[in-house]
Amino acid sequence: MEMGTNRFTHFRIRQEITYDPAMATASAVRDIDVTAIAEAVERLLIESNYRIPPDILDALRAAAVREQSPLGRRTLEQLIENYEVAAAEQLPVCQDSGVTVVMLEVGQDVHWIGGSLRDAIFAGIRAGTLHGYLRPSVVGDPIARRTMSSDPVGVIHIDLVTGSGVKLTVASKGFGAENMSALRMFTPADGIDAVKAFVVDTVDRAGANACPPVVVGVGIGGTFEMAALLAKRAALRPIDRRNPQSAVAAHELDLLQRINGLGIGPQGFGGVVTALAVNIEVYPTHIAGLPAAVNLACHSNRRITTEL
Amino acid sequence: MAETTTIECRPFLADAQKVSLRAGALVELSGELLTIRDATARRLFELQNTGAPLPVDFRGRVLYAVGPSPAKPGQVIGSAGPTTIERFTKYLPMLFEAGVSAVIGKGELHGPIVDSFRQAGALYFAAIGGLGALLGKRVTAADVVAFSELGPEAIFRLQVERFPSVLIIDAAGANYHDTARNAWRA
Repeated sequence: MEMGTNRFTHFRIRQEITYDPAMATASAVRDIDVTAIAEAVERLLIESNYRIPPDILDALRAAAVREQSPLGRRTLEQLIENYEVAAAEQLPVCQDSGVTVVMLEVGQDVHWIGGSLRDAIFAGIRAGTLHGYLRPSVVGDPIARRTMSSDPVGVIHIDLVTGSGVKLTVASKGFGAENMSALRMFTPADGIDAVKAFVVDTVDRAGANACPPVVVGVGIGGTFEMAALLAKRAALRPIDRRNPQSAVAAHELDLLQRINGLGIGPQGFGGVVTALAVNIEVYPTHIAGLPAAVNLACHSNRRITTEL
Repeated sequence: MAETTTIECRPFLADAQKVSLRAGALVELSGELLTIRDATARRLFELQNTGAPLPVDFRGRVLYAVGPSPAKPGQVIGSAGPTTIERFTKYLPMLFEAGVSAVIGKGELHGPIVDSFRQAGALYFAAIGGLGALLGKRVTAADVVAFSELGPEAIFRLQVERFPSVLIIDAAGANYHDTARNAWRA
């Protein structure tokens, strides 16, 4: 009985702490024309397909020095050359420009004007695909495998945050790696060891199909869909920063070492560089559950972020 | 590391070379390829099942699993790296029956499909996934020969010069991905 009272009190206090009335009046409503989003999406989509993120390119350069397998090292050197040539000549790094994933963090004081935000994002993707000479890689109807011109051409995730800013991330998710991703609902009794075995096994089964060296995005906690979204966010997080929780960061490093011991190597040609990084994101979950998702990203990991 | 072997398919691979190449060989291939994609393979499979003629003569031909990006002005073709060959497992036996002698793609093949390769005497070459900009430059000519309505999934006839890949499954059925993993596993 006393436990229950304590818990209720704790809950009430947390609510009081997180609600700050000053925040509610701090910022005025900001109008943003959706045309700005369409233009930004077009520009970022093209740029991300021509130029891979600097942290990824740095990691590939370091990997080419570290790789011991001669064929693995040569493969990494060719990939680096591919990325340098693509950036210099403004070419898509890969013919699979993937499904465009747009992630928006939108301040709750933003007011969108000038049309539908969703339509503007899709218009930006269509324009970027056309003007960037990117391959249209999306089929409108997944069952009938037919496309109508009005079909959505990307996936949008919107997070509402405080303030009046907008943070826009555009990622191109190729399906070599996406197809090898996996999700499993573990139980608390299974624990973190079972989750980690699942992560290693997923990379092992993906093998060369996921275009190694891969970036391994892991989502732990939340619900079924939240775990998948966490894994996607983890896969898109820069690889030169570890999870701020030191216990989670330790799991990241341990998993990276185990994955690089699998022997798969660049493109499955053998070697010690199978993954460039393991990024984990966590979230509270149910007392009966331990959802875990693994989203693999290929070695180009095209993503770019800007603020509006 | 092994020397690179130059091989030609204009448009056929020489039988002597087919049986002498060993899994793990680095090759540079020059000649003519036909492309294949998911929608293309499915279309061919349906034609074959209904007894209709195939739109292309596949006897002795080398297939490249690729859906290129559009050519920029002045380009022959856009980026043109390989796609995952495992997705074609369902269709490969039919394509071997139609006479296909080798396929180029990326990724791994394991299980019964490897027997299909051995029975057909067919080879599997892996090109590097994500090397699209550089591999597109190895294509010197491209034209659509069937299913133009499928866009990037149409069957293209590609002329390639010194197209780099690694022989993964050789004529004896050896699988280089197995060898490589075992050699480098900690």
